[in-house]
Amino acid sequence: MKTCLVVDDSKVIRKVARHILETLDFTVREACDGQEALQCCLESVPDVILLDWNMPVMSGMDFLRALRDSDITQRPKVVFCTTENGMAYIRAAIEAGADEYVMKPFDRETLASKLQIVGMA
Amino acid sequence: MMGASALRGRSMPTTAPSSSPAPAASQATIDVLTALLEARTGQQIAAYRSWRLDTALKPLLRERQLGSLDELVAQLLAGKDREIGEHIVDALLNQETSFYRDAQVFEHLVAAIADAETAGHRIRIWCAGCSTGQEPLSLAMLFAERHETTGAPVPDIVATDVSGAAIARARSGRFTQFEIQRGLPIRRMMRWFDGVGADWVAKPELVKLVTFRRVNLVSDAAPAGRFDLVLCRNVLLYLTAETKLRVFSTIARALRPGGLFVMGAGETVSGQTPLFEPSQRYRGFYETPSSSTGDPRLRAPGS
Repeated sequence: MKTCLVVDDSKVIRKVARHILETLDFTVREACDGQEALQCCLESVPDVILLDWNMPVMSGMDFLRALRDSDITQRPKVVFCTTENGMAYIRAAIEAGADEYVMKPFDRETLASKLQIVGMA
Repeated sequence: MMGASALRGRSMPTTAPSSSPAPAASQATIDVLTALLEARTGQQIAAYRSWRLDTALKPLLRERQLGSLDELVAQLLAGKDREIGEHIVDALLNQETSFYRDAQVFEHLVAAIADAETAGHRIRIWCAGCSTGQEPLSLAMLFAERHETTGAPVPDIVATDVSGAAIARARSGRFTQFEIQRGLPIRRMMRWFDGVGADWVAKPELVKLVTFRRVNLVSDAAPAGRFDLVLCRNVLLYLTAETKLRVFSTIARALRPGGLFVMGAGETVSGQTPLFEPSQRYRGFYETPSSSTGDPRLRAPGS
């Protein structure tokens, strides 16, 4: 079973994402900000990270940069999942090392499609 | 089309929603609507229950401020509005599609097209039943990118659908946020689309690689010329056996000798037509058993 770390400060979004991901046969872990997500990755690196952009403590972008600069040698797929839907944000995320980008709101088909694109479903 | 087929809402529950306020349509109304769809598209909906008609046609009822399907059919039969039949058919067609649907097909067809190019002629592809255009635009992106990296020519891509509304949308290249995220890698979206309001619009240089035309597979001739590849995915499964044979024949005659035919992931020609057999060269593709256009099996029925 593949593992997905859902990083979002919204409990509702985490719950919805967890439900969808579990139907796609993922084991799901949750973090509510970038710092907590980094800690999760240090404990055990997931196969894929579903990452919000705007979060307290540490943003998704700061988390991504920290992850790529860290000593973690594995390279989990990172899929941004955010309401920041402008091209400038998308470009910045991809340039920072994100593998895919989900524009909220999303549904099961969108998530399944994006996970398939990054080779995770 | 992927698929100009059956009714919308194929993932609906198998029992009717109990809260539907619309009065049940009479059997006569259901008969008229199913006959209309079959006459115009060859597609059958007899197996579906009337509440599915309600679901598919609800937006049209609301738009026309009508209270029931019976009233809608009365307007249709009055014959005063020439467009109403077309609007009903468009609403009943399932235009479910996505970018790079069944992604493996696209990997295989690039290899097939590369082989066909060795013959030296300009490659031509027909997307028969293209719905709102995701399939031909997927091909256009693929081959335009190949052109950028290798210089190989972009094939002629002709995309057709029975629905005028679907073809108009395909030509516009405009997709909602949900549509653009189905199957399309983000880098391709960044390369080929611009954000316009809440939607995403294909760049003109991409759309111009595809010729969109309204064609009824059941009653119209195929687009002119011969094709190296015909994709007709998730269309034929909704046709009667007899109508399907007619379409198989149209497609077989539209193929260049040695050309390839692709159906949907769950579809097969097995036991349905002698006009095609599985390709030995390309898994999941079909070819005509004889490359000769003189093969009597390739003549149109009645010709």
